[in-house]
Parts: sequence; C-alpha cells; structure tokens
Amino acid sequence: MSVDKDTVRRIAKLARLAVPESRLEPMASELNGIFQWVEMLGEVNVEGVPAMTSVVAQKLKWRKDQVTDGNQADALMINAPGGEDHFFVVPKVVE
Amino acid sequence: MSDLISMTLAEARDAIRAKKFSSRELTGAFVSAIEKARPLNAFITEAGEQALTMADAADKRIAAGQIGALEGLPLAIKDLFCTKGVRTTAASKILGNFVPSYESTVTQNLWDAGAVMLGKTNLDEFAMGSSNETSAFGNVINPWRAKNSNVNLVPGGSSGGSSAAVAADLCLAATGTDTGGSIRQPAAVTGRVGLKPTYGRCSRFGVVAFASSLDQAGPMTKTVKDAAIMLKTMASVDAKDSTSVDIEVPDYEKLLEGGIKGLRVGIPKEYRIDGVPAEINALWTKGADWLKAQGAEIVEVSLPHTKYALPTYYIVAPAEASSNLARYDGVKFGYRAEGVRDITDLYEKSRGQGFGAEVQRRILIGTYVLSAGYYDAYYSRAQKLRTLIKRDFEQAFEKCDVLLTPTTPGPAFGVGAKTSDPLEMYLQDVFTVTVNLVGLPGISVPAGLSENGLPLGLQLIGQAFDEATLLRVALAVETAADFKHSPAKWWSV
Amino acid sequence: MVVRMNAPIKNKLLKGETGEWEIVIGMEVHAQVLSQSKLFSGASTTFGAEPNNNVSFIDAGFPGMLPVINEKCVEQAVRTGLGLKAKINLRSLFDRKNYFYPDLPQGYQISQYKDPIVGEGEVLIDLKDGESIKVGIERLHLEQDAGKSLHDQHPDHSFVDLNRSGIALMEIVSKPHMRTSEEAAAFLKKLRAIVRYLGTCDGNMDEGSMRADVNVSVCRVGGYDEFRKTGSFKSLGTRCEIKNVNSMRFIAQAVEYEARRQIEVIEGGGTIAQETRLYDSKLGETRSMRSKEEAHDYRYFPDPDLLPLEFEQSWVDAIAKTLPELPDEKKARFMQSGLSPYDASVLVGERELADYYEELAKGVDAKAAANWLNNEIVGRLNRDGLSITDVPVSAAANNAIIQMIFDQTISGKIAKDLLDVVWTEGGDPRQVVEARGMKQVTDTGAIDAAIEAVIAANPDKVEEVKAKPKLSAWFVGQVMKQTGGKANPAAVNAALKTRLNLPDEG
Repeated sequence: MSVDKDTVRRIAKLARLAVPESRLEPMASELNGIFQWVEMLGEVNVEGVPAMTSVVAQKLKWRKDQVTDGNQADALMINAPGGEDHFFVVPKVVE
Repeated sequence: MSDLISMTLAEARDAIRAKKFSSRELTGAFVSAIEKARPLNAFITEAGEQALTMADAADKRIAAGQIGALEGLPLAIKDLFCTKGVRTTAASKILGNFVPSYESTVTQNLWDAGAVMLGKTNLDEFAMGSSNETSAFGNVINPWRAKNSNVNLVPGGSSGGSSAAVAADLCLAATGTDTGGSIRQPAAVTGRVGLKPTYGRCSRFGVVAFASSLDQAGPMTKTVKDAAIMLKTMASVDAKDSTSVDIEVPDYEKLLEGGIKGLRVGIPKEYRIDGVPAEINALWTKGADWLKAQGAEIVEVSLPHTKYALPTYYIVAPAEASSNLARYDGVKFGYRAEGVRDITDLYEKSRGQGFGAEVQRRILIGTYVLSAGYYDAYYSRAQKLRTLIKRDFEQAFEKCDVLLTPTTPGPAFGVGAKTSDPLEMYLQDVFTVTVNLVGLPGISVPAGLSENGLPLGLQLIGQAFDEATLLRVALAVETAADFKHSPAKWWSV
Repeated sequence: MVVRMNAPIKNKLLKGETGEWEIVIGMEVHAQVLSQSKLFSGASTTFGAEPNNNVSFIDAGFPGMLPVINEKCVEQAVRTGLGLKAKINLRSLFDRKNYFYPDLPQGYQISQYKDPIVGEGEVLIDLKDGESIKVGIERLHLEQDAGKSLHDQHPDHSFVDLNRSGIALMEIVSKPHMRTSEEAAAFLKKLRAIVRYLGTCDGNMDEGSMRADVNVSVCRVGGYDEFRKTGSFKSLGTRCEIKNVNSMRFIAQAVEYEARRQIEVIEGGGTIAQETRLYDSKLGETRSMRSKEEAHDYRYFPDPDLLPLEFEQSWVDAIAKTLPELPDEKKARFMQSGLSPYDASVLVGERELADYYEELAKGVDAKAAANWLNNEIVGRLNRDGLSITDVPVSAAANNAIIQMIFDQTISGKIAKDLLDVVWTEGGDPRQVVEARGMKQVTDTGAIDAAIEAVIAANPDKVEEVKAKPKLSAWFVGQVMKQTGGKANPAAVNAALKTRLNLPDEG
C-alpha cells in the first residue's frame, strides 16, 4: 500500500487539517516511510487472536444516576473563541 | 540556598517536618532557581506567586500540626495536567490560552497532600515526541552537556520540561506522563528516576489525552524512594476515570525495604538490538551483575514479538490521538483561525494553524489507519498484536518477577540531530514503548555515564499493579549504581 | 389474534406508469432514555433549560474529560430490550463514531457499532382492521445525543447549545418489514407505547424524545417476498434514509412522497442514489441533505476511555421480573374480557388510557365500559382538546355512572347529562343524581298517571295505535317527555301495553 498525494489530501480532509498543496507530496513520502516500516506487522499470523479491548483486567465502572454536574454556563464559555449569550457561535452551517 | 534545592524529596519532607526550614523558604529557593534557569526553557508557565501562597498555606497547616504526605513540598507539573485557574497548553498553539476551570485528579491528590505547585513544565506538543522539540513554546535544553562540549542537548521527551527541571534542581520532583516512554526516556537521559505505573493506577481524569489506552501519569524524581513517595500520593482509585482500577494504593515507601534476595530478574533476549551502542549493552550486563550480587537470580526470557511493538505503537497511538484531538476544532475553546469562509474552513484552518507538524503527521497517520478499507489491515491487526505481546509478558513472568532492560538506545542527543527523520526519532522509544502497549509498570533508574559523560538509565519492568516489587528492585539498582552525578549549573553563571 | 409475518400485498401496491411497485420500509428510532443524568456525565437531562446550562465539561469535550457510564441508562436499555423480546448481550462495546460538526463537541459520538447491548427482537404492530403484523427488530444500542445548532438566529452565524449533548439515546433499528405508510406509523406508535409502558422513554415527539429516520425503497412486485425468503437485500431497491420525521402524521406523508418520488425516478430511466434525505413538513416533500452528501468515513473504533460493558444474566433476570404488563399482553387480556381487537388495541395504545379503562371497568361490563370511555369520555376530551391525563372526571366516578345505568337508577340518556354536569361542575355522580332528582322513575303509579295524561290529551292517537301497534313508540316518547326523561323506558313500555291492550310483539 502506498500513500500518494491524493490520499494525503483525502485524509487531511477527513481530519479537517488544512495541509498546504506544497506539503502534500513531502507528507506523502514521510507517511510512506512510516507505513513501509509498519508493513512488518503483516508477517505475523494473527488468525484467531482477539483484539485487545482493555489493557489490564478490570471491570467498567458504573455511576449512579444522579445530577452532579452542570449549571456552569459561564465557566463553559470563558475559553470560547466565539460565544454569545451562553451559546457557542460558529459560521453559519447549512444543512 | 543551593543546598535546599538539591535535596531529595524525602530529605526535604523530613526537614520540613523537623521544622528545619519553612515551605516558604524552600519554595522561594526554587522560585529563584527557576527564574535563573530560564535558558533551559523547562517551564511554559511559572507560577511563583501562587507557589508562595501555597507555601504559606502549607506553613500554616504545619504550624497547626496538619501535615499531609507532601506538605509544603514544591513540585513541577507537566503542562498536560489541567490545573484550575492556571493556563494549560499541552505545549500546543491550539490550546492557546486555555485556562481550565477544573483540576486533574493526580494534581488534586498532590495539593490535597499539601504539595506546592511551582509551575507547568514544557513538553512535546500533546506529548508527541521524544526530544521536547515539538513544543509550540520552544524546545527544552538538557541541563547536561557532554564532556568538553557546549552543544545543547535534548532533555528527552515528551516530559522534557519535567526531566530538565528535576535534573537542574528546579523542583523536588515533577509529574510526567508516559504514552510510549515519555517519563522513562527523559528521566534516563537526564540522569534521574522516572516511573510509569501500571495503566489504571493513576487517574487520567484532567490529563490532556494523547492515546487513551496507553497514557499513564507518573513521577519523575531524584531517587527511587522519592518515586515511591510521589506515587503513593499521585495514585488513587478515581470514580471519574472508567479505566482507573479499584485496587488500594499501598504505602510504596514502606515496601521499599526488604531487599531482592531470591527475586528472579528476567533478561529478555530480544532487547539485544542491532545498532545499539556497545556501552548500552555493557551497562545492561552490569545491571544484571549488580542484582545478582544482591541475591537475585538472573534468568534469560523471551519476548518474541518485541520487534513488532514499535510499529504497533505507531498505529495504535496515532489512531487514538486522531480521535482524541478532534475536539480541538476552534469552537469551544482554544485557537480559532481568523477570516474563515465557513465552518469547514474554520476547522481546517484552526487545526492546520493550531497543530504543529508532528501532531499533524500523527493525526494523518491515525486517520488513515482507521479509515474505511484500512482498519483491518492496520488498527485491528495492531490490537491483535497487543494481545500477542501481552501473552509474551505473561509467559515471561512465569519465569521471573521483573525484567531488566536498557531504557534508551543511547544518551541525550543534540538539539536538531534527529528532527529531519521522524522514523529515527520514533526509534528512541524502542525499549520503552512495549510496556505501554500492555499496561505494565516500568521504571528507569540512572545507572552510569556514557563515554562522553552523559547519563544512561536502566529500565525495570514489573507485573501489573506490583509497583512495590518494581521499586524494590529499582532501589537495588540505584544502590549498586551509586549514581551521584549532577549537571554543572552552566545556565546560572 | 391474527398475526401475519407477511401480509398479503393487496392494497399495498403503488401503481406507476410502467406497472405496480411495492414499498419496503425500515426504521431507525432514536428514543431518549428516561434518566436523571446523561449517559456519561452527571449533567441533568431536563428539557428546556437555559442554553448550555445542563452541560458538564465532559459533554462539551473539554481537555482531559472522561466518560463514566450511568448505570440507569444501561438498565433502561436492557429493560427496553426485554420489552422488545430481544436478545440481551451480556457483553457489548462502545465505539467512537468520528466526524466533525459544531454540535458534536468531542469530534466523535460514543455509540455502539459492532457489538450492541441488545440484539434481535420483535414488535407486533396493530393495524386498523384489527390485524397484527410482526416487525423484526435488528438491534438496539446506546449512544450519546448531539447538541443543537440553531441556524435562524443570525444571518451569518449558527448558535450551538450543548444541553442535549451526551443525553443517552437508544437507537432501535427495525428490519425492513413494513410495507405501507400505515404500517410504518403503526410501528412507531407501538414502539412508543412499549417504551412508555416500560418507563424507559417518555415518547414525547414534540420535545424530540423520540425521533425516527425512515428507510424507504421500492421494488417490483415479488421483490419483497424474495427478500423474506432469501434474506438478500439484492431483491430490494436502493433505499433512501429520510431524517427528521418527527410525528406519526409526517411518517405517512414522508413515506408516500418518497415512494412516489423513487418510482418516478426509476420509471424515468434514472437510478436511486443511496442518500440521506430530509423531510420538509411544510412542503410535504423530501430533499437531499447536501451537508450529508460528502462521503462519510466515520472511522469507528472501540472507545479506549471505556472498557467493554459487561453484566450478569442474573441482573437481566432481576430486571425482567420488574417488567410491567406490556401492550400486547394487556390487549389479549382485554379481548378475553369481551372487547373487540380494535377496541382493545385503541385502549392499550396509551398506558394512561388503559389504566383509566381498567379502573373504569371494575365490576361492570367490559364492553359497556369501553364504549362509555370511547364514546363519551374520549369524545369530550377531543372536544375540549384534553388528553386522558387531564380528564376532569375520575375513572371511579365514571364507574359509578355506569353502575347506575346497569342497576337502572338512571337511564342511558340521563347518564350522558349526568356526565356533562360532573364534567363541568364536578361532584360525586351519586350525590348529583340524588340532589337533582335525576333518578329513573320506576314507580308504576307515576308512570300510569303520565300515561293517563297523554291518553287524555290525544284520544285520536289511541285509536291509531290500536290499529297499528308499532306506533306505540310515539306514546313512549310522550310519556318520557311527561316525566322529564326520568321514566324507566322498559316500565313505560310494559304499562302502555297493559293500558292499551297491545299485543306482546308490539
């Protein structure tokens, strides 16, 4: 599998990263270097091996159904680059 | 006052309790040392004023006889831990001037124990790097220099600000986080102790996430005993972190006693890697001899999938990161690009301008390996490899109690020496990354100097939630190595 | 009860230019879990709070925030699964669905992709003709709701409110087992009844507690049977997903419109693109959602902040023991007591209505109670724009009225007047009857007197009635009038017969 310029453009779009046109080609070659190295995983037989779902043996914690959070619209907005009347504001979204 | 700042955490703790000096005196000494050490760029945010306020409060508690485990002891905090009211950047432009309204569980535990915060230390952006050169706030300079050299070296990464701060006596101890070696590798190349606890031992709540299944907070200290003291307070069972484990936190300091007689120390043969300098392997052998001399049994073990650990890591970590970093979109907090056409433009430009090159590279790798058609070949396969690597360790631990390996493939390198080839940089983590994939605890202990006079570390790997044994063996290495070196304080002359 | 897997297709075909078409419908229903707090945070789920007030830093995707699951939401999902007679998976996984949208603050939605908490189940839907059809449930999974973007507050900006962000939803996916818009609406109605009976969702469609996406495709006659036989989707047409269908009425309209549209496209030589369409209730049409057109690649992967969701069968069994009687069981019981399938399914459609009915019907004839409820009470509710929960006269009071009809204390006609009185003025029906002298007159003396008065006033009619006994009804009416409607009609009849010497068959 080889990563080309168009692939970089496509995944940059998916990742919502503005990658300048001039960076596409070099990035493709960097990624290729990394992916070629990663290819070595292909030599391992993983037939029947379960994918890891938790690093150490433990049970998921459950929480009681209680309201313990919220009521902090001010604190929520103090870092907002665009905020008005306790709303986050973004350029108009067309559905 | 230089004798104050060169104390170990344990020494300072005992002295404060004995009222030999106040927390304010101790804190003041660190605050001025930090100011003098600005050329190292170890701190992103210095919090001198707040530190002194915290010190005064500690002194009041001490006077009242309310003495916490870390009462009045000044610490440095990696700028990946959210600190209420104090800017938290993850060394990224995209967090801009983010000021959290909440405190991470680990730091809260420290403050609850009476500790004092000196400031927020520099790191690789979002903890992605092994040299602290990807920080948006500039790189950190290692306090160490090679023999007869003025060349600036890297302090390791990603916890490079913390490692430099501990090595340069800018704090008694520091917090770090370790996703693929980010505590152990910088500790090793700065001649200090770095402990990555078992995954789930320290809460991840309030720690800016890099790769959720790998991230783990831990202490960076001057001694093994200090690491035991720090871990006792940093670790907790946290209801706010689903992956924090319900196992009581033991008193690691007490458990340090007892020696290592009869313990079996495994030497994984696959850690002998082509291209690693002879001095690294020689130190490794020396380490085994030290432990044997103290009564341990040395056994050769095999971890057959070792060579797949690093490529596995470079699929899993970027995949998780690509998702964890999606929240930095210029909408709720952090950097937002100017002059955007629409929402997509806002996302792309804010993220394109806000993230540095290495972070973008990893986001792209992660996005690619999770994307339709590639998931099975990459991510799914990598998660299966983790299972195989875990089985390796389970089998090895049938034959031994801890494993001994080198921490890094070499000493600290020059600033800019490895920035052109990402792959070469990634290889820095070749010895450390494996334990993150399987959640095991690991510790790096300073063990000697390289030919050119730079510190080298040895790594010990323990069994899940058995940090106590790990620390006991680490103490044995520390005792035998008797590493007393410190960098010359060239920056403050 | 008649249950058919696959109803005959008569009346289910749409006629196009080139022949007849079948419609195939599947649904994805998002039902908001009834809980105090959100799926992964302790923020409140209350509807209608001030903007961004019910938001924790977790819901807003702040750095370092971690999800911790709400046990109630898990329980509610299991309870719903049991109500859908579905397979409960003792181990399920949470995945991240990655995409960028302003109301998705984490940049991903925590959902369940490959391993949902609930597997296959079924719902019986009730049609107007009293028939029931079995609709398969594919799965039910838990996921986070998104926030809300307001687009019409400002010419250039959208405003984002995250109050809804992180609220637990159950996504319930049906199999494509529905064939008409009526069936689709009936499915949603039945599903709504079930979750409301279970107390797992309030079913409030106006507040968005229940939202349906409808998948519609058309195929040539026979395609659907082929699909049911082979399970192969190839025998069905390409489906379009219609989003935002937020009322029962709109579902029928949206399905009709969309099926017609697809047939026109195909018959015009075009092909149907698999796409997401938005139902515009103002225009009554569906249109392609441009923003969703971009090829999505959600990059699902297990959420590393969470471990697998695991629980014991014994816990599921304990929940099963607390399940209430569900609509189908209740319907069967009602039918056993003498109600028609239609009456029974109308009554069980709303839990409150069924509960009201049960109290109303205590100790009285079931059919009479159902008729009284449907004709008198529901009629008045509709007239006044009220729902069963606002009914001004208690079920016990109505029960008393019905009892008075049966023990002949009042006539049916008076009973309606009595209901009007207590409906507007309140009061105990028995006392009202006493106080206002509404009791039926069964005293033969009074009836006889009234008969004599009518005869005296209408001698000509007496002769007519003797010739044509059928005209006695006129006399009954006159006597009733004389007694102010309070005379017992049966007693009047009997007395008249005797007095006028009418034959029994009269």
